[in-house]
Amino acid sequence: MKNKEPIILAVVVFFSLATYYLVEPFAHHVLHKKVIEAKNEGFAYNDLPAITKTGNAASGKDLVVNGGCTGCHSIEVAGMPAPMDAVTAAGAYGVNPPDLSNAGAIYDAKFLADLIKNPAHALKVEHKFDAAKGEMHPMVSYYGMGGDIDQEVADMVAYMQSIAVKPEDVTPAMAYEDACGRCHSVEYEKWTQIGEKPKFKHEKDSLAFDIKVIEYQESLIKYMGKLPPDLSMYIRSRGDDFLSKLIENPQNILEGTAMPRVGVTADAAEKIIEHMKDAGDTKRHEREEIGRNVMIYIIIFAIFAFLWKKQVWRDLH
Amino acid sequence: MAHFTKATSVKDWLNQRLAVEKIEKVMASEYWIPKNINFLWAMGMVLVITFALLVVSGIFLLMYYVPTVDEAFYSVNYTIMREVDFGWLWRHIHGVAASVVFLVIYIHMFTGIYYGSYKKGRELIWVSGMLLFVAFSAEAFSGYMLPWGQMSYWAGMVITNLFAGGSLHADGLVEWIRGDYVPAQAFLGRFFMLHVFLLPLAIMALIGLHFAALRIPHVNNQDGEEIDFDAESKKYLDGDKAGSKVMRFANDFMSKDMMVVGIFLIFFFYLVFWNYSFAMDPVNFDPADGLKTPAHIYPEWYFLWSYEILRPFNIDLGLILFGFAQVIFVLLPWLDRSPNAVPANRRGLFAIWFWVMLSNMIILTAMGKLPPEGVFSQIGLVSAVLFVVQWIALPFITAREKKV
Repeated sequence: MKNKEPIILAVVVFFSLATYYLVEPFAHHVLHKKVIEAKNEGFAYNDLPAITKTGNAASGKDLVVNGGCTGCHSIEVAGMPAPMDAVTAAGAYGVNPPDLSNAGAIYDAKFLADLIKNPAHALKVEHKFDAAKGEMHPMVSYYGMGGDIDQEVADMVAYMQSIAVKPEDVTPAMAYEDACGRCHSVEYEKWTQIGEKPKFKHEKDSLAFDIKVIEYQESLIKYMGKLPPDLSMYIRSRGDDFLSKLIENPQNILEGTAMPRVGVTADAAEKIIEHMKDAGDTKRHEREEIGRNVMIYIIIFAIFAFLWKKQVWRDLH
Repeated sequence: MAHFTKATSVKDWLNQRLAVEKIEKVMASEYWIPKNINFLWAMGMVLVITFALLVVSGIFLLMYYVPTVDEAFYSVNYTIMREVDFGWLWRHIHGVAASVVFLVIYIHMFTGIYYGSYKKGRELIWVSGMLLFVAFSAEAFSGYMLPWGQMSYWAGMVITNLFAGGSLHADGLVEWIRGDYVPAQAFLGRFFMLHVFLLPLAIMALIGLHFAALRIPHVNNQDGEEIDFDAESKKYLDGDKAGSKVMRFANDFMSKDMMVVGIFLIFFFYLVFWNYSFAMDPVNFDPADGLKTPAHIYPEWYFLWSYEILRPFNIDLGLILFGFAQVIFVLLPWLDRSPNAVPANRRGLFAIWFWVMLSNMIILTAMGKLPPEGVFSQIGLVSAVLFVVQWIALPFITAREKKV
């Protein structure tokens, strides 16, 4: 009798793979066409003008202080504290303005320069803040101190870069907290919009903290239209590709969203995604390692099963 | 009382009380299996092993899962995935096995159809198998509710809505099933109970029936050969193992079962560790939100073909055809009028019927997932109509079949 098993196996594998291809890669491509085909510039921000002037950090410092930046932003590393606590600041501006200590390391220089001159443009929220209609972005545009505005902006960016940690020393958590963490909580990492929730000895203190978070969130809801989602499981629900493209330009993925483009560097974006993996896919390294060991075990099992079968069937033919 | 003698060994002691030797013969060493079968006959054992993986992983998940609408998502995605040692492993095994078990069920089912293993005294094997398919479907659906993610909630909403019966507007029935106007705590609690107790119990009972139904008619063989099991087993027991057309279930066939299981498990664990997204839909990693309908709602892949039979028509006709698709497979032994219990390739028109049915169900599966727009909805409509036409045609095709 001819052995038909190879052809039967081929038929089974063919129909199984055809089904898999149709319901997974193919259907996925149709359902998520917009995201998959969204153009990615690799965080080059080609729509923003290049910085043509060489910045001077020392004069940048004076401009930052005298230009009014520190009226809203803290620069902890330079000893400039926040003028208001997070909850009050959110009440005033909608969201707590970020500390600028590491902005130079996390955000793209071109983006920072454009942001200083025209926040709604750099953040890609002009559909929400149309200056012509009197809808002003809470961050005031910088109109210059009288000199060459491009030189002044280049100086300010140079100053921020000079005080920041080295880009390679930015940790995934730092990148996330700075760029995303004032709007998005990460419950599984105990992260709230006003920082990590500490361990409290007394229930009362814990509740007081929760109330502060709720107050902050109320301002945020007014500002953004809805509470930005908790990102604990977003690495599993959205995946790297979606997140990377969304961070680079939210309007490409969610047209009309209130979420601003945050202007992070490619390196910082990678770290943000790494942080989201640390929240929603914590066991990925363990999975690799155990997967390898299980495979070795199962292959040995299969070899023994094969040898047993050969031995038993020797007498049957 | 029966007469008991002083036992000479533990085995003898057990023998007098439980007839273990007799049981062992009936169930294993003198359970005769034809030799002319191929690896597709090992799918039953593959299913047993997969079901065992589901039960064991399910037991571990049950220790930490919290069946309340406030805690369910957190208990799955935080407690089990992050806090519990190897919780992620049990969840991945459970999720992937729940999907793969249907792949093997479909292979098992189409093997049965191809070789005519539902005929001539084997009707009960087929019917109990189809009841198992229904029970597994209910088990899969109820389990899918438990993580209480977006797909859990909205799939629960859509599927329970079907019970309104279209124009009948039996909304009271839908509310009765949900225990609320929308899927909520009562709904989750009920599906939790079904998933961890009643349905597994039903599945185990049906597996017993399925095996029992197989014992007397014996398994079919790949050549449609009528085997005299008494004569052939006598030949085997007399020492002519090579000349006999049959072999023992254990260890003869079981050794091959285990070989196939070994290869299957390599494939299975590859999926568990490296390619699990097909079984764990990303959308379900968003917590359930009754105010936010996902852009696309679709069932897991194994329900897609019947979902697509529902979708292209207006609600009433769709529901009728959906109901038709659910029960029609059970009637196969009576719709097939041909006396030939031989492989489909020797049955003329039936061979075409078989391959068209298989291919069409794969097309239905694909269209069920794609958005019902443009060419996809047209293909879906044609495929759904073809599915129904094929079943209506089956008795006529097979009645004309010549005896081979």
